[in-house]
Amino acid sequence: MSAPDLPLPVEPEAVPAPRPGRLRALYQRATRSGALLVGLAMVSVMILCAIFAPLIAPHDPYAQSILHKLQGPGPVYWLGTDQFGRDVLSRIIYGARISLFVGFVSTALAVVIGVAIGIVSGYFGGRVDRLISGANDGLMSFPQIIMGIVIVALLGPSIHNLILAITITAIPAFVRIARGSTIAMKERDFVDACRALGFGNGRIMFRHILPNIADEITVLASLWMATAIRTEATLSFIGLGAPPPIATWGGLVRDGFDNLLDSPGLSIFPSIAILIVMIGLNLVGDGLRDATDPRAPT
Amino acid sequence: MLLDVAALTKTFHGQEGFPPRRTSLRALDGVSFQVGHGEALGIVGESGCGKSTAARATLRLVEPDGGSVNYDGQDVLAAGPKALRTLRRHMQMVFQDPASALDPRQRVGDALAEPLRVHRIAKGADLVRRVKAVLDEVGLPAAAAERYPHEFSGGQRQRIGIARALVLEPGLVIADEPVSALDVSVQAQILKLLARLKADRRLAFVFVSHDLGVVRYFCERTAVMYLGRIIESGPTSTLFDTPKHPYTVLLRSASPVPDPAAEVARSIPEGEPPSPMNPPPGCHFHPRCPLASDVCRAEVPPLRASDAGRVLACHNVE
Repeated sequence: MSAPDLPLPVEPEAVPAPRPGRLRALYQRATRSGALLVGLAMVSVMILCAIFAPLIAPHDPYAQSILHKLQGPGPVYWLGTDQFGRDVLSRIIYGARISLFVGFVSTALAVVIGVAIGIVSGYFGGRVDRLISGANDGLMSFPQIIMGIVIVALLGPSIHNLILAITITAIPAFVRIARGSTIAMKERDFVDACRALGFGNGRIMFRHILPNIADEITVLASLWMATAIRTEATLSFIGLGAPPPIATWGGLVRDGFDNLLDSPGLSIFPSIAILIVMIGLNLVGDGLRDATDPRAPT
Repeated sequence: MLLDVAALTKTFHGQEGFPPRRTSLRALDGVSFQVGHGEALGIVGESGCGKSTAARATLRLVEPDGGSVNYDGQDVLAAGPKALRTLRRHMQMVFQDPASALDPRQRVGDALAEPLRVHRIAKGADLVRRVKAVLDEVGLPAAAAERYPHEFSGGQRQRIGIARALVLEPGLVIADEPVSALDVSVQAQILKLLARLKADRRLAFVFVSHDLGVVRYFCERTAVMYLGRIIESGPTSTLFDTPKHPYTVLLRSASPVPDPAAEVARSIPEGEPPSPMNPPPGCHFHPRCPLASDVCRAEVPPLRASDAGRVLACHNVE
């Protein structure tokens, strides 16, 4: 090498002092908007009600009492009773168990299945991707409710089939977002670096790409959980939900419908429960989006 | 020869418009080069000439259509998935943009340890020791292992990228514009670091760059690429001191010289490079070439030996 020796004009910089940890930074961002906290509080209350239902519920949700049927809200039955004299508040509290469980499990299943398919599709591209995307677009073009109705109608109403139906309707959304995010990640050099280091495709997809797209998926999952609970309520309302006498929110709204003019509370109170969870989950989703948005000011 | 690349070709296909028309881009058109143990080969050329594709095709990060790549006597293109993963221990890559080359969700220490674990080279205390050693080698303190990439400056990130390339103790590093994204002052530090590693470890380099000054500092030999072909190559100093191919002359004159007495870049007419989607026939350079003659418009000039280890593809220059 005959080239002149280059000068070294500056000393190498020092490694930066540790900054607040990732979780702490995330916490600071999340609490700035407030939406996340309010949403989490609303959802947490509902989840606690569901978990501790036997302790909280003032009455047995299945105990019928023909003498006390169709009572309005009062000191004994806070939210009144239905046409069989069952306590509405207790049924709503127990209903939270089924509704939240169905919403959570079906969303979780849809996330696991949809994200796995989406990452594979985006990562490998080509023919695999075209096949998966085509099938996915096909699934997406069916309205969710129609899809749910068809599946439950074919398989019969039960909690398992309800979960299956909601899961299948939710999968395409996760396939799509995971695929898109994966394609964006694949453009980054670190994916090529992983390949150059001799890492296998599975390791690259699930140890390196997945953690980097987890933010977007979490946001979508919280929003879809609200949708799943709504779908459960809708299917129960049209009679394709969990069979009676199991209390679910959608089922309660439907049961109350027969006596809507005499006791409007029968339908209104479980609707409010659905509303609270939906608003809560949407606030959580929006809050998470704000908290994880890299363009948001710190 | 450590690395022997011969007649590499790669065409990218695409679709355009509706009804879709097939488009194709010949990124590599018979590219050959050799690198010896401990030697640095520079590949220079303007944007879109295929120099990055050549680098990536050598590692099979881009799958070439044809040609051959031999590393230390082993056929890289014929290697199956398992053999390829073993081969990749020996050939590593340093990327242009260190921000994009590191996994943002992985601590530096984990990023350096993972390759050693995957290849079952080290574990436990030995693993920790090796990670510390390689961090020290690139001039970072051991504490860096606990941090995430976004906590570092651009130059430090590039050091991390280099450490990751070195941790498997390769014989060859392919560096794709390793200093182009850095400040000039940091460029000098990173170049010094690479030069030291090259000497200490007897590392061979394929060094892709558009910056002739950088290549001149770092590389013993240089190849000049134009629209997917190598048009001239030879020892770096003679190549730049007495460029022969008209395109090398153009490159040389367009590169600033830190000397006020030096002649200011002479502009050569028709300065736009032609589209690689639709390259001109014959010598790709003829539309911009001051020496172009009829034969240049019709025939591709073959690469032939010139004097003192130099190779040249031009009809009109000896």
